[in-house]
Amino acid sequence: MAALRSSSARLFGAAASRPALRVAAPAAVRGMAQLADGAEAHNMASDAKANLKTFQLYRWNPDKPTEKPRMQSYTLDLNKTGPMVLDALIRIKNEIDPTVTFRRSCREGICGSCAMNINGTNTLACLCRIPSEDKAEMKIYPLPHTYVVKDLVPDLTQFYKQYKSIKPYLQRDTPSPDGKEYRQSKADRKKLDGLYECILCACCSTSCPSYWWNSEEYLGPAILLQSYRWLADSRDERTAERKDALNNSMSLYRCHTILNCTRTCPKGLNPGLAIASIKKEMAF
Amino acid sequence: MRLSGLQKDVISLYRQCLRECRKKPQATREHFKAFARTEFEKNIKLDKRDFGAIEFLLRKGQRQLEVYSSPGVKDIK
Repeated sequence: MAALRSSSARLFGAAASRPALRVAAPAAVRGMAQLADGAEAHNMASDAKANLKTFQLYRWNPDKPTEKPRMQSYTLDLNKTGPMVLDALIRIKNEIDPTVTFRRSCREGICGSCAMNINGTNTLACLCRIPSEDKAEMKIYPLPHTYVVKDLVPDLTQFYKQYKSIKPYLQRDTPSPDGKEYRQSKADRKKLDGLYECILCACCSTSCPSYWWNSEEYLGPAILLQSYRWLADSRDERTAERKDALNNSMSLYRCHTILNCTRTCPKGLNPGLAIASIKKEMAF
Repeated sequence: MRLSGLQKDVISLYRQCLRECRKKPQATREHFKAFARTEFEKNIKLDKRDFGAIEFLLRKGQRQLEVYSSPGVKDIK
């Protein structure tokens, strides 16, 4: 938490030290401006031993489709950057190249917007630390085997379509006995732990070779995890229909327990286990 | 003339566009046709072996078609 706080202070410093902002609202940002002066003084002192790191970003512009995708390098001083890759990306966009495009929102691993392929691993940029000891360049690509919208932004239309296809909502016909909420026992609630936390960042699905080759029909680990979340829910009454929808050779059984999904999940969930549980439920 | 698969895809997309135009109100139908035509002509100079670019534009065209073919869209400039 302390690390997060200091990084946001630095970001504020960077934003407030730009003259345009200071002119626009001098009274409001005075506090921050002072803070920025403090940060600047600190940066001056550390300039002598700048901790430089190079980031290679995948660049592709849809407005010029004849140009091939390319890698572009940006060098940052890590002493002035927050600890996470997302901090570095935001700084590149703010200070070096405003044309760099990526999705980001919460910067704390809750929204799943900033999923990308960093040094060969699918992860959330906001949860991925910049290794400060290692001087090697960091390579940042969009999620693998997705159509690219621009730079680091993948097209997740198919992913969301598949999510919609599993009907990810409570389906019930009988009203609750006392007209209040649908309640469940603590044991039943416990079954949903490790399932409901999924933020649908698509890191797991796009790391699955089976999903790469069959993304049209195979649902992929993220969607199957959600599917199991509704199968396991004690309040849902359409379990049989849900199972029926999965009962074909493509939707579920393209999972060959490669377990890239579990290895890559930035939230530490286990889609592989959830898929195995569905298979087990379908077998008996 | 023998057409490659990609060329067939492009032509089929254009035919789909024209077919969707027919579902639009009589008064604005020509606008839709002209729009589709200019969208294709924008990239007429593309190298025919630049498969990546053509495939991307096909996907983009398909997406545009989906948006504009919704019955809520009545006119286009």
